[in-house]
Parts: sequence; structure tokens; C-alpha cells
Amino acid sequence: MTTQLILFFSLATLAVGTALGMLFSANAVHATLFLIMNFGIVAVFYLLLNAPFIALAQVTVYAGAIMVLFLFVIMLLGAERTGRTPSSWWLQPVALSLGVILLLEALYLVISQRGLLPVGGEVASTYGDPFSVGETLFRQYVLPFEVTSILLLVAMIGAIVLSKSRT
Amino acid sequence: MVPVDYYIGLSAILFTIGALGVLIRRNSVVIFMSVELMLNAANLVFVAFARTYEAVSGQIFVFFVMTVAAAEVAVGLALIVTIFHTKQSIDVDQMNTMKW
Repeated sequence: MTTQLILFFSLATLAVGTALGMLFSANAVHATLFLIMNFGIVAVFYLLLNAPFIALAQVTVYAGAIMVLFLFVIMLLGAERTGRTPSSWWLQPVALSLGVILLLEALYLVISQRGLLPVGGEVASTYGDPFSVGETLFRQYVLPFEVTSILLLVAMIGAIVLSKSRT
Repeated sequence: MVPVDYYIGLSAILFTIGALGVLIRRNSVVIFMSVELMLNAANLVFVAFARTYEAVSGQIFVFFVMTVAAAEVAVGLALIVTIFHTKQSIDVDQMNTMKW
């Protein structure tokens, strides 16, 4: 239990640190690299939570495909350093105070519900392996899965139509 | 297993950082990445509760959220590239008009 707690807190510190690095790095490429690190750390959390399939999907889809797309667009547009100074002076203080309020609210809810939430015990060794995930996906959730294919098709067509040059 | 409260707390912190990124940053690509961070914080809670209740459905939902995020990024980045071609900037403060 204690090794798990130590692991959790060190990984959580790293996750929050990389997220803050993304928030405060002036260069957009650095922000992207921080976010890739954050996604990798969250994938380790998924592994700790008995979700190996989701962890690998996180690494390949999020940290791999999506973030490469981001890096590609940033470098294509040469937009590493735009948007450093906000136009209104009150924007940052207001945003910071709103963020602090949101965080305090969420943490208050979590702390006030302490002990009411169920504690996860040991799970079966087959829990969360690709076989059980696939079985649930293709039996119980087969209709949403098919709808997903339509969504991806629409997104693909939309991206092609949007980036087509108007001549 | 680490208590699920800790995971909710971590997720709340990550979500707040993402929301702050949306509010503070002016680069639209970085704003997009902050939205991804918020989705990721929600995914973490999904997986933590799936582990607590020993239900695979939570993991399936994370799978769907990832799919929606991929579709969103494809369309959003195409939009940003198009806006850049017309305005030569991806600063959100420059996008203050519907006309081009």
C-alpha cells in the first residue's frame, strides 16, 4: 500500500508539474512536449488502475497521433511564439481567481465526500485486459461503436473540406 | 489500490490547469491543447471509478472520449490552418470579427 502511495504521489507531482509547464511555457512547441509527457504519465496511472488497453491507446492515439498532429500544425504555421501578451490587463487576474475558485470548489467536494466513496478492493486478474474490454465493446456497446465510425468519417470529410484551397 | 479520492483530487487539479490554459493563453493551438488536458482529466476519473466499481464500461467510455477528441482535433486544426491562411495569425485576440 505504501509503495503504491509513494508511486502515486511522485507521479501526481510529475503530472501537475508537466501540466503547469504546458500552461506557462512561452514556446508552443515546448508546451506540446510537456503535454506529451503529461499524457505518458497519465498512461502510467491507467496501468496502475488495471487498464492496460486504455493505457496503450492513450500512448498511441493521444501521445502519438494527436500530439504529432499538433506539432505538425505548429511547425507548419510557424506559430511557436504568438499570443504572449493578453489584450486586456484584467484578463489574467480574473482568469486566475476563477481557476482558484473552481479548484477550491472541486477539492471541497472531494474532501467533504471523504469516506463516503467506495474503496476498491482486489479485482479479478482478467479485469481490464484486452479480451474483456473487447467483449464489452462489441457486445454491450456495439451501437455506439458503429456511431463512432460515422463521427470519424464526418470529421475526416470536414477536415478535407476545410483545408481544401479555395480556387 | 490508492483511494479514489486521490485520483479525483489529481483530476480536479489537472482540469483546473486546463481551464486556466483556455482562459489565459492567447495562442489558439495552446488553447486546444488545454482542452485536451481537460478531457484527459475526465478520462482519469472514468478509469479510477471503473477500477473502484470493477466495471469495464468506464474504460469503454474513455475509449469513446479518445475517439471524439481525435475527431475534434482533426476538424479544429483544419479550422486553425484555414484561419491562419485568411488572417495570417492564430492569436485569438485577432479573431474579433465574423467577416474576412
